[in-house]
Amino acid sequence: MIVERINEAMPGAVVAHSDFRGDQTIVADLSKYLELVKFIFKEGFQLMIDLTAVDWPERQPRFDVVVHFQNLVSQERLRVKIPVAEGQSIPSITGIHKGANWFEREVFDLFGIPFDSHPNMTRLVMWSDFVGHPLRKDFSLDGGDDWCNSDTGTSYAGHARPLAE
Amino acid sequence: MPSVSFENDSTHIGRMIVNFGPSHPSAHGTLRVILTLEGENIVKAEPEIGYLHRGVEKLGENLSYTQFIPLTDRLNYCSPILNNVGYVLAVEKLLGIQDPPRSRIIRVLVSELTRISDHLVCIGVNAVDIGAFSAYLYIFQVRENIYDLLEMTAGQRLHTSFTRIGGLYRDIPDEFIPICEDLLKDCAKHIDEMESLLTHNPIWADRTKGVGVFTVEQAISWGYTGPCLRACGLPHDLRKVQPYLDYETYDFDIPVGTTGDVYDRYLVRTEEMRQSMLIIRQCIKRLKEIGPGPVIIDDYKVALPPKDEVYTHVEGLIHHFKLIMHGMDIPSGEVYCATEAANGELGFYIISDGGKSPYRIHVRPPCYPIFSSIDEKINGRLLADFLSELGAMNIIAGELDR
Repeated sequence: MIVERINEAMPGAVVAHSDFRGDQTIVADLSKYLELVKFIFKEGFQLMIDLTAVDWPERQPRFDVVVHFQNLVSQERLRVKIPVAEGQSIPSITGIHKGANWFEREVFDLFGIPFDSHPNMTRLVMWSDFVGHPLRKDFSLDGGDDWCNSDTGTSYAGHARPLAE
Repeated sequence: MPSVSFENDSTHIGRMIVNFGPSHPSAHGTLRVILTLEGENIVKAEPEIGYLHRGVEKLGENLSYTQFIPLTDRLNYCSPILNNVGYVLAVEKLLGIQDPPRSRIIRVLVSELTRISDHLVCIGVNAVDIGAFSAYLYIFQVRENIYDLLEMTAGQRLHTSFTRIGGLYRDIPDEFIPICEDLLKDCAKHIDEMESLLTHNPIWADRTKGVGVFTVEQAISWGYTGPCLRACGLPHDLRKVQPYLDYETYDFDIPVGTTGDVYDRYLVRTEEMRQSMLIIRQCIKRLKEIGPGPVIIDDYKVALPPKDEVYTHVEGLIHHFKLIMHGMDIPSGEVYCATEAANGELGFYIISDGGKSPYRIHVRPPCYPIFSSIDEKINGRLLADFLSELGAMNIIAGELDR
């Protein structure tokens, strides 16, 4: 139902639409993303449940940013997928959903997708001088870099972030 | 690295920075919060997470669907069965199968037992954090008994791995139901004792009332779910509004608070425990009515055949071998499955490309958006309030960092 409403109000915003096991999914264009989130917020999808990304290295554009919304009145759920190319950035939705803050930082950390106008676009779960983005498919499971593979005898604790920056 | 330092620039004279965690007795797990204080008032709380990051999602992409179940235990280690159930429901949704009725009832039963133990830990530890030690001792007796029951069913106290795709690892033993009935009587008594120690205790009220007040709008904007959202006044519980595991057929109520402060969350959790006991009683009644039956789906493409069939029939042996070596045939597609865990919505987002392991698996932990709002919640309040707020958020570092 929400998909028809979006098509009426924003023709061309929904690139593809699918329904699998009762999960509604729409694929939208990156340029319409912020406008779309604002629109569905007005339509009642006010709880941003989850934001994550998926890496498809063979595909162009390479990433999908996947956002799950929930309508607390009708209990409908909606999955919005935004294809993002490598090196491209995507607008942050923290202005609409404050809870998106950490989810976006995590996507930046683990996939390397930057979010525009995010209040604090830094790494979240990995440490600040970590090299690489672990959830990309080309990042090997054992860590990949020399620091992870060799016993250098140095402790990471020596480089920890200072208290006052 | 010093744990306390002073900012001495001209604008912020006398501001003190306190490094709370990553290892602190009242930091639940390994949390680090960098607090900027003016006197005893918090000006800024800057959480830093990731000390328990184990790359669960990356590991999941390299494990088979069944092998991921033990990792779900280690997400929220206070309520492992709720994670087990949430995960297998997601895989079952992807496969389009449903487990047998007896398994569904047992899943609800153990889920609610675990919910009680999770709430007990939350309330007990919250009380200990702010200095009320005795309530903890009363309710941890019940928690211990619940863990004994879980040990009896799953063979493990904490890392249960009790569910399997399409059902359960095994049926509950015969002694389970009488012991569980005794436990319910005991549990009600101990929760009453805990309430008599806390609910009308003026010190407890002083330390918790008005701490971390949130409106429903704020809570929704921050992505709150579970008791923290209900304490703000929104009766949103996935067991009611988007029922799974036949929760719509059980009779129970959803308690709500009004202000969303620590005291309201305590009351909501206390009442939820009583409602969970009500559900457990209904489960026991249904188990007696339904009688013995299979607890795992009768489809050897998904679930392992029984051992005697493997040892005596060639078909059973082939099915066992195929399932272990080759794995299940999973359709391509993506599902998001949400369940009501003890602390809110626990979601699993699985993308399958038809292979042996998921193409992408993502866990949506309930406490993650809740903890991200700590600065807005605690700003301007006392350092002592920070501890009671942190305890009532019920943060489990295992699922926070994944």
